[in-house]
Amino acid sequence: MEYSAKVMDHFMNPRNMGQIEDADGVGTVGNAKCGDIMKIYLDIDDEGIVRDAKFKTFGCGAAVATSSMATELVKGKSVDEAMDVTNKAVMEALDGLPPVKVHCSCLAEEAIHAALWDYCEKNGRKIEGLKKPVNDIDELHG
Amino acid sequence: MKTIYFDNAATTPVRKEVLTEIMPYFSDIYANASSVYDIAAKSRRAVEKAREQVAKAIGAQKDEIYFTAGGSESDNWAIKGTADALSKKGKHIITTQIEHHAVLHTCEFLEKHGWDITYLPVDEYGLISLDDLKNAIRPDTVLISVMFANNEIGTIEPIAEIGKIAREHGIYFHTDAVQAVGHVKIDVKEMNIDMLSMSGHKLGAPKGVGVLFVRKGITISNLIHGGGQEKGKRAGTENTAGIVGMGKAIELATAEIDETGKYLTMLRDRVIKGITENIDFCRLNGHREKRLPGNVNISFEFIEGESLLLLLNSKGICASSGSACTSGSLDPSHVLLAIGLEHEKAHGSLRITLSKENTVEEVDYLIKELIPIVKRLREMSPLYEDYLNGEKAV
Ligand SMILES: Cc1ncc(COP(=O)(O)O)c(C=O)c1O
Ligand code: FES
Repeated sequence: MEYSAKVMDHFMNPRNMGQIEDADGVGTVGNAKCGDIMKIYLDIDDEGIVRDAKFKTFGCGAAVATSSMATELVKGKSVDEAMDVTNKAVMEALDGLPPVKVHCSCLAEEAIHAALWDYCEKNGRKIEGLKKPVNDIDELHG
Repeated sequence: MKTIYFDNAATTPVRKEVLTEIMPYFSDIYANASSVYDIAAKSRRAVEKAREQVAKAIGAQKDEIYFTAGGSESDNWAIKGTADALSKKGKHIITTQIEHHAVLHTCEFLEKHGWDITYLPVDEYGLISLDDLKNAIRPDTVLISVMFANNEIGTIEPIAEIGKIAREHGIYFHTDAVQAVGHVKIDVKEMNIDMLSMSGHKLGAPKGVGVLFVRKGITISNLIHGGGQEKGKRAGTENTAGIVGMGKAIELATAEIDETGKYLTMLRDRVIKGITENIDFCRLNGHREKRLPGNVNISFEFIEGESLLLLLNSKGICASSGSACTSGSLDPSHVLLAIGLEHEKAHGSLRITLSKENTVEEVDYLIKELIPIVKRLREMSPLYEDYLNGEKAV
């Protein structure tokens, strides 16, 4: 198994690693496949634009790289546009992932959705196409 | 950047002395050992010399040594060969939960064919209980297969005691000694071992050559059918170069076993001390003393092994992990789960396996580089954040 140069770059130099105090949306999802965890924080302004995004990830190289890329891609987007940051989009932006690592990029999409869901719940908003995240493990963590 | 190789349980380079010894068998001494002309005798003699070298290393007789194509084949042969030969007597095998997949998957295969397999559990150090073993024995038990030393956590099982129990009950005893041969002293007579698997590439011989020791008087069916090689027990033109390498490598390793053992134990303990004293929230996996001299296995909480390996690799360090993310199957190591680690802790495991080529400087470099790498991954970990926030008790 080998990672693309882009994946290695985002793994070795992750963008947006960290947390946001009092974030407008926070999503934590667990990966049913290998047991890894990804947490994404979104800072969203009154116009619904993602001002900042940060992540924390407990997972493999691909999980870290997809978190990094996903946070890069959502920054500056409206919450509706953020829905376009799918696992496919993240994978393409990283020049692909080895087949066994595709599931790690799903985690990034789910984490963004979970953070957006959290934002919607807190602000009484709705985003077209956004469903309640299935792998949200915030409840489990308590 | 210099490469520092700490994955000697995965494989080893062919030793210089071994390479010199085997080179002629690729070109000048190429004859098929089964042929009648003069030059074939050279190949034949080389194979027989290697057989003697292997036998001597484990206290066996020459005609109890069969060459195979590696550890996996030897394990398959011992288990399937016994199963086929003794199925009329009974269809029960006892093994452990921490065997190599070459044993576990072979047993699972037999289960599909009507065999009953008992997988003995292990304690937190990876040791089986002799009482569990005795209790598992049934009138229809035909084989006990327990590994000599575990490839992941290095734990050395009580082989002599197991051999004694097996012998008292008249049950065949096979041990996968792939990780032990050349590292710990083995005497198949004293230990009452009936069958023993080994593999060349774990001790400085080439890949693709192995041995199954089968005590005289033990009958097992053939696994590889074909020509009459290995006294008709294992077909296939002899891998002369590999076999010569196996003989030379085991002779060298056995001659140096005390010296190398002492050196590796010193390095191993330096790694364990250096890591556990400098990094919080880590634990040594496996037994502190009943352990292969070159094995270190440590779990770091809150972090994942593949990320750890990639960062170590960026510093030129080669190591391995039992993390689910590195396994291809995405299952965490069955060995780490069997010793009671939660998934999360199995995730953060690091295995360092040393050889006599490693130095104190390399070990100190590892410790120095590992400290900031673990810190960096923890800063990235949502689990560590939860811990710091006191959300989750450790
Ligand atoms: C304990 C154990 N058994 C069996 C094997 C398989 O040996 P080979 O690679 O020679 O087939 C290995 C090597 O990975 C091992 O560590
Ligand atoms: S997070 Fe486990 S394989 Fe990627």
